[in-house]
Amino acid sequence: MKHLLLALTLLLPSAVALAIDTGKAFDDPVLQARYEKIISEVRCLKCQNQTIKDSNAFLAGDLRREIRRMLQEGKSDAEIFDFLVVRYGEFALYKPRMSGKTLVLWIAPLLFIGIGGLIVFRVIRGRMAMPLDDEDEIAVG
Amino acid sequence: MLRYLAPIIVFAIMIPVFLIGLNRDPTELPSPYIGKTGPQFELPRLLDAQQTVGSADYAGNIALINVWATWCVGCRQEHGFLLKLAAKNDLSIYGINWRDRREDAVSWLDQLGNPYVASGFDADGRVGIDWGVYGAPETFLIDADGTVLYKHISPLNQAVWDEEFVPRIQAARGESR
Repeated sequence: MKHLLLALTLLLPSAVALAIDTGKAFDDPVLQARYEKIISEVRCLKCQNQTIKDSNAFLAGDLRREIRRMLQEGKSDAEIFDFLVVRYGEFALYKPRMSGKTLVLWIAPLLFIGIGGLIVFRVIRGRMAMPLDDEDEIAVG
Repeated sequence: MLRYLAPIIVFAIMIPVFLIGLNRDPTELPSPYIGKTGPQFELPRLLDAQQTVGSADYAGNIALINVWATWCVGCRQEHGFLLKLAAKNDLSIYGINWRDRREDAVSWLDQLGNPYVASGFDADGRVGIDWGVYGAPETFLIDADGTVLYKHISPLNQAVWDEEFVPRIQAARGESR
């Protein structure tokens, strides 16, 4: 029973993978690696929380086709990302590039850590300044 | 005192932020082409594959580009309104028949009527990608010089037309009512 369950669980992701044309697109392993990296960083605009690598929406398939075409034509990664941003905006990239519009996305996490750290620091310092009354009691008692 | 007020103040700031966030539709992406020249294209005509239709056809005029397909429910929904709009003869409507089957699209126009001056047949979705299309129906308002004035995602209707399109068309024509 345990083995059957395990086998079934293992089958689940493969069923999803089978639906998408993740087969080798290029014979050249360098191109193939670049291709897979790019498609895992591009958002499927139709199914917004998936990359075009994970999606079998036809738009994702079309975008994969265009990316394969551009790789074959010898375009650089930057040129391919540009192609997408011009048409669909920065939102198309899972890793938005540093620019005026996306600066806040990059800075916000640091800012929040900074604010949180400051609060924690102040709370701890406040506590340290408090008299340790219960320990005193033990010492006296 | 501040100790107790601070969380309440922070909370009061967060409420409107979240309210705005909740009421925005994350599936509606703004087009990066707004205010810029739209992409050039040339496609075989849906009803006559020997002829083409493209950006050259509407150059010099304010035009609508409507991206449609027979598999798209919203396109059927807005079709009546497009026909009404075409009947007014106020501006030309061009279609991009996106990722469709030619025979389906032809019979759709036969059955429901044809509001388009011409529709381009974009079988592999290449022109759709150039225009940043990610779901039909999408409608672009193009100025006479080719600038994209507005993009509407989801079906058109009278209310959307009056609110979003009419003022922009009037401004583009230098009219005022």
